[in-house]
Amino acid sequence: MIRVENLTKRYGGRTAVDNISFEVGKGEIVGFLGPNGAGKSTTMKILASYLPATSGTAWIGGDNVFEDSLKTRSRIGYMPENVPLYMDMRVTEYLKYRGALKGIGGRKLRDSLVMAKEVTNLQEVENRIIGTLSRGFRQRVGLADALLHEPDLLILDEPTAGLDPNQIRQVRDLIKSLGKSHTILLSTHILSEVEMTCSRVIIINKGKIEASDTPENLVKHMRTAGGILLEAKTGSDDGLSQLKAIPGVKEVSVKTEDDWNTFQLRLDAQADPREDIYRLAVERRWQLRELSRQKGTLEDVFVELTHADH
Amino acid sequence: MFKFLTLWNRELSSYFQSAIAYVVLFFFLLATGWNFEWVVTLINSSPTDVSIVQGFFNNFFFWFPFVLIFPLITMRTFSEEFKMGTIETLMTSPVTDLQVVLSKFAGAVVFYIILWLPSLLYFVIFQQVAQTGVAASPGAIWGSYAMILLLGMFYISIGCFASVLTNNQIIAAVISGVSVALFFFTGVISLFALDMNQNLRDLLSYFSAIDHMGTFSKGIIDSRPIVFYLSMTALFLTLTYHIFQRRKWKS
Repeated sequence: MIRVENLTKRYGGRTAVDNISFEVGKGEIVGFLGPNGAGKSTTMKILASYLPATSGTAWIGGDNVFEDSLKTRSRIGYMPENVPLYMDMRVTEYLKYRGALKGIGGRKLRDSLVMAKEVTNLQEVENRIIGTLSRGFRQRVGLADALLHEPDLLILDEPTAGLDPNQIRQVRDLIKSLGKSHTILLSTHILSEVEMTCSRVIIINKGKIEASDTPENLVKHMRTAGGILLEAKTGSDDGLSQLKAIPGVKEVSVKTEDDWNTFQLRLDAQADPREDIYRLAVERRWQLRELSRQKGTLEDVFVELTHADH
Repeated sequence: MFKFLTLWNRELSSYFQSAIAYVVLFFFLLATGWNFEWVVTLINSSPTDVSIVQGFFNNFFFWFPFVLIFPLITMRTFSEEFKMGTIETLMTSPVTDLQVVLSKFAGAVVFYIILWLPSLLYFVIFQQVAQTGVAASPGAIWGSYAMILLLGMFYISIGCFASVLTNNQIIAAVISGVSVALFFFTGVISLFALDMNQNLRDLLSYFSAIDHMGTFSKGIIDSRPIVFYLSMTALFLTLTYHIFQRRKWKS
């Protein structure tokens, strides 16, 4: 659906997007993840034909974004960051106008309006002036606009930014349900959102792609992702050095409270030394209260890939 | 064409969605109505060789509000879209830059025409009450309105150009106000600087809206001002189009 090749964008000496290439297949929900200023929005703007690229090319559904821009624009439903809308228009009036701009008219426009308002739950505010709506409703007006012409591809730039937790959940559910019939590229820096909605994640930092995989695989392959939590009374033993000696354990830290030691173990990639730890505890007659594996999160991956020291 | 009409319709209706349209309409009607009344009184008080049409379209009380309305009509056109960010949703829809520029211009021109429509009534009423023609020929009336339209298109294209330069409506209004005034007063100089070289005077009068209006309100259709105003309108719209493309790509 989307193919990007060696895309570069420079703004007056600063490289916002640095020679990136990626593809998004039909039906995928892909999350664009990265810190602020990483180049997510710029890439999306280029795909939506709002900005030209300095070099490189992009195709949407086989059409070149720069050469057949009118054609690619009519295939995209794009929701920019901050959802700019005409504040003086009423919801239905605005959507009608947007539909007409996208070349829908007559009966089809009426049907599309009903569909878009139904999917985004806008019926209750359809006659309100957009300027009087809450942020959550405005976001939904933006989404309804993006959906109007039933595009193959939705490009959503931070669709949940600025919403409260309930609204975030609603928008997230909406995106999930839209994913059944659309290809979606969305950007965000809310990690849980990506884990819950996206089938694939592209992590971008300083204009470069750092990783591209399913959220599960990304977490699995991380070196430092996850760890083991052990709570034990080790008596006179020096638990710390004994645990460190176990193969696969990289780092151990300890906190002590009422004779109970809480060990936090960091592991080598894909190591799982829980059996060895249990055996050690039995041998040394430690009292054991907890021995559990902590799953790595996408947050770990994100921090590791995009950290300034990286 | 369908998309152009959609954009144009949005432009025109956006005037009436804000208070500014009504404020401009109100004060413009007030000013032209008062001007008409003043001209009628003047003609009544002493014999004169100008018709009511010539008097109405060419005096200080006509030109003063006339020059002021253009910044008000055009200041929002582009700057508002850039400031609110709606330019992004607009330009990522399948519409061309040219459609957008022309529709904004056309929206402003039609609003300007609406502004002038009530004034037609003045002449109808005058004719009914006075039982006499308002001018020597109907050509004088249509000539005056043709000049109003030509001048309006030119000044609106300057206003669109000013609005595409900045995100700030007030700055856009100042730029277009000053530019419109500059063009207007370039023509006025030739009326007051009496010891001016004849060639220079001829050149300046080529820019003189007052001279042009004087000719057209007599019912004389001169092709030079028509070419001048249409080509200047085209020039400023072309500049607007190019700046629009550059700004959009730099944002």
